Amino acid sequence: MIKLTLPLDKETVKSLKAGDSVLISGTIMTARDCAHKRIFEYIKEGKKLPFDLKDAIIYYAGPCPAKPGMASGSCGPTTSARMDSFAPALLDMGLGGMIGKGEMSGEVREAIKRNTCVYFAAIGGAGALYGNAIEKSECIAFADLLSEAVYKLEVVDFPAVVAYDCEGNSIY
Amino acid sequence: MRIVNTKEISDAVYKMALHAGVNITESCKEALTEACKNEDGAAEFALETILKNATVAVEKGIPVCQDTGMAVVILEIGQEVFLDGELLGDAVNDGVRRAYRDGYFRKSVCNPITRVNTGDNTPAVIHTEIVAGDKIKITYLPKGFGSENMSKLYMLKPAQGVEGIISAIVETVKSAGSRPCPPVYVGVGIGGSFDTCAYLAKKAITRDVGTKNPDGEIAKIEDEALKRINALNIGCQGFHGRTTAIGVSCEWAPTHIAGLPVAVNIQCHCVRCEKEII
Repeated sequence: MIKLTLPLDKETVKSLKAGDSVLISGTIMTARDCAHKRIFEYIKEGKKLPFDLKDAIIYYAGPCPAKPGMASGSCGPTTSARMDSFAPALLDMGLGGMIGKGEMSGEVREAIKRNTCVYFAAIGGAGALYGNAIEKSECIAFADLLSEAVYKLEVVDFPAVVAYDCEGNSIY
Repeated sequence: MRIVNTKEISDAVYKMALHAGVNITESCKEALTEACKNEDGAAEFALETILKNATVAVEKGIPVCQDTGMAVVILEIGQEVFLDGELLGDAVNDGVRRAYRDGYFRKSVCNPITRVNTGDNTPAVIHTEIVAGDKIKITYLPKGFGSENMSKLYMLKPAQGVEGIISAIVETVKSAGSRPCPPVYVGVGIGGSFDTCAYLAKKAITRDVGTKNPDGEIAKIEDEALKRINALNIGCQGFHGRTTAIGVSCEWAPTHIAGLPVAVNIQCHCVRCEKEII
């Protein structure tokens, strides 16, 4: 088991191999279908994004609302393949990597290799465990999208597996 | 004749929805526990995480998966029941609405074109069947869409027969790969028409994991399909291994002489299903 603290430097990224089990701690941000659509509208219109993509890790997720006394509701990964058409451009713009579930396209894998990034597979369906590993959650953009808005999350010991490493290897 | 006020149905749906969002079924938990014993490496790590997750959900009283699904409600209503009070559909939707609010569940229902969220997870998908007697059996299934999206419907030729059915089931799971959150529970509808076979597939996943269809020929299809699926080596979360599915359940109905419809409805490893009789 490898413990990782974000942000990841390129040396750490290079040390990760597809199939490694990891526990991730640090800051990540959520974005899924609608948020990606919005991000690309911003890019197309030349508008400045309300958050920094540089070395960020996007978590493909849309949480449940938080119960009183908890930082987040259940928050497991959603199917990454739906973001296939968006991910390569974001990786080329400096995104550090993604957390999601399931395979992504060959173009995504190429972009990960090209930019020395990493794609982690979180365990789909383990929403309660992930929600419980979130210590702080703050909506930082697109609040009107409700569960599909962009949330900044502080996570502790998020379990995941390296799905695509920066050498182009895949666990799938 | 027995008079049942639909408020009673609404309250039952409310309680079932709240419970289902947090708890996977016992038969599902047993199947996952067994599967975990047979795996190693990343698949074992994933199954351990999944089992730990089921415990955390109950301890914290939070949804076992953030995709708390579209509410599918099957009502088997005895012919001797007279329904009093507000409209049945409104009563069911009211139960769903209250549960998703009070359970802090995600509201995942939207307009298919504008994608604007309805805000309260309604409308539910409501099926009604009129049966004998004076009871109402309610089956409540919150259906997540990571797995629903991987479901398929085939209009096979009669000549394709049992082999065609099994191939369709296995091909559906194979092409889904890691995306529907395997290990999956596979519901299959065989026969009927285009619409009934899809409904039968949905009904099949309301059966407890590990149960067999009472019809021996159908049970053989379940066994053979499960065997072939688990030889695909997709494994938990697509991390390879021996368990790609925890079960295959088939339901059937007579069909037309010219057709052989087969619907394959995929359920992820978070099998959530409640049943109650009022």
